[in-house]
Amino acid sequence: MSHISRILPVRAEELRSQFPAHRSCKEFATSHYHRTVHVPDGFIDAPTSAVTGVVAAAAVAVSLRGARRELDERTAPLAGLVAAFIFAVQMLNFPVAAGTSGHLLGGALAAILVGPYTGVLCVSVVLLMQGILFADGGLTALGVNITNMAIVTTVVAYAVFRGLVKVLPRSRRSVTVASFVAALLSVPAAALAFTLMYAVGGTTDVSIGKVAGAMVGVHILIGIGEATITALTVGAVVAVRPDLVYGARDLRQRLQLRVGGELVDAPAAEPAVPVAARSSRKVWAVGLVTSLVLAGFVSFYASANPDGLEKVAADHGIDKKTEDHSTADSPLADYGVKDITDARLSGGLAGVIGVGVTVVAGSAVFWAVRRRRTDDVSPSSTSTTAGSSA
Amino acid sequence: MGAGHAHRLYRHGHSPVHGLPPHTKLAATFAFVVVVVSTPREAMWAFGLYAVLLALVAYAARVPAGFLLKRLLIEVPFVAFAVLMPFVAEGERVEVLGMSLSVSGLWGAWNVLAKGTLGVAASVLLASTTELRELLLGLQRLKLPPLLVQIASFMIRYGDVIADEMRRMRIARESRGFEAKGVRHWGVLAKSAGALFIRSYERGERVHLAMVSRGYAGSMPVIDEVTASRAQWSYALALPLSALVVCLLGWML
Repeated sequence: MSHISRILPVRAEELRSQFPAHRSCKEFATSHYHRTVHVPDGFIDAPTSAVTGVVAAAAVAVSLRGARRELDERTAPLAGLVAAFIFAVQMLNFPVAAGTSGHLLGGALAAILVGPYTGVLCVSVVLLMQGILFADGGLTALGVNITNMAIVTTVVAYAVFRGLVKVLPRSRRSVTVASFVAALLSVPAAALAFTLMYAVGGTTDVSIGKVAGAMVGVHILIGIGEATITALTVGAVVAVRPDLVYGARDLRQRLQLRVGGELVDAPAAEPAVPVAARSSRKVWAVGLVTSLVLAGFVSFYASANPDGLEKVAADHGIDKKTEDHSTADSPLADYGVKDITDARLSGGLAGVIGVGVTVVAGSAVFWAVRRRRTDDVSPSSTSTTAGSSA
Repeated sequence: MGAGHAHRLYRHGHSPVHGLPPHTKLAATFAFVVVVVSTPREAMWAFGLYAVLLALVAYAARVPAGFLLKRLLIEVPFVAFAVLMPFVAEGERVEVLGMSLSVSGLWGAWNVLAKGTLGVAASVLLASTTELRELLLGLQRLKLPPLLVQIASFMIRYGDVIADEMRRMRIARESRGFEAKGVRHWGVLAKSAGALFIRSYERGERVHLAMVSRGYAGSMPVIDEVTASRAQWSYALALPLSALVVCLLGWML
């Protein structure tokens, strides 16, 4: 689950070529896949893997129905192409500083660009293919990987994103800000979900505080990178084709007609939606301010804490290659004095859990209500607007 | 696209393993990994036997050991993680070479290493003996939802196309003197990613229209149904069944 990597001293040529397609097999296998580390077999015990497998299957089934509702029979080609896009964009290197680079996970990006259902499908298919074709992530851990990386990431990101878009003023900048926060929270949320699974079915009794501290601490930092890239990418798409950004589809300009010299709103397709949104605006605002304060605290602790940064560097250092084995003692030393940071982090942890749970539960209810309302009002209009909005 | 959709782990051959119907291979691999994962970690000899079983399959598939071992490198990050476990886990400790190690951590590390390695080796064997298209047919035959199979097949089919678009954008960037050096250049890269999304999405729409104009109405016609005879099934399931015997022995002994 580590996604910021330290690229070892490599030839300039190799740094430049971000494309495995034009490298040899060995380079492909080692260069791309040392970066996206999925949970392997044997990490989580069999019963828990089975349960997460059922959860993942159920979520994928729901998403299949949801995506079909969003996209009709266009689902297969569109979701397939978006999955290909996510697969490709995961290989795009974003250099951080000399020798270090990160890359996109894509869950939040997919949710915002194509909607939660299609997003879950795309990321799940990517994970499935990585598991079968590239042996990346264990076959029995497929449920764990899909639940963490496809479902939790996408759902949390989309819920946070929609919540923020509802509250913030209707502008392009809000979309960018909302995507930043959504992606920022989605990554530690996935780390938390993993910690939870580990608490239930981990095969080694490492204390949960340590796992949670390490996972969330590292993933908040990864989340910052993910958030920046996601926000920039969504911003780029919004600037060119705002109609393609599913999460911001109600920010589009209304069609206006010039009637007798003055502008009149064209008959709106979904008149009920803005009214409904305004009524719940206050609830959203309060909830989000609270969650942002909490999130602020967590990230403050994470970033004001040199220990955390150091740990990430060391962790990812030993993650990489044998060359770094000389530094292998330092993280262990870190682990020795980690108790204080753990206490802090686990304090912040409660915050993230709170944010995640509140936002997800709140928006689930909101979406259920909203969806029913729009279905009642305009069952036909959704099918006609689906072409441009979905 | 012109490369015949052969994925990079595939190794062309005509061995008996290559010839098995894909869904039997998928089922066998999955069953094998499940059996491995549910083996008690204390039965160390069982994992040795599993490795021998996989080696027999590799021999039958004429996959050279070097090829297989090289692919196992995917696992390296988790090996590092496993190495950490004995140091951070709880419970009683033993002194090894002057370091205090947790006993349960050592067991945990062994557990992840053994099961993870066997899992990766099994997947690598599957991927190196089965063509992409066959894999998709196999998944379809194993009753994966058809829509999911279609999405996967589109992803596979257009993966190279999209990657190629990304390569062309990189060449365009570089021929204009751009070189990504740090965070300051993320904006440009993100714009490329955004453009890539728009191109992928629009291509998806065009592909859909092309399909509709050829009579597509939501499901793909099945033109090459794969079937497996009883003999092929028993041949493929020999691996997980013998693994099951080992596993049961592991629980009893």
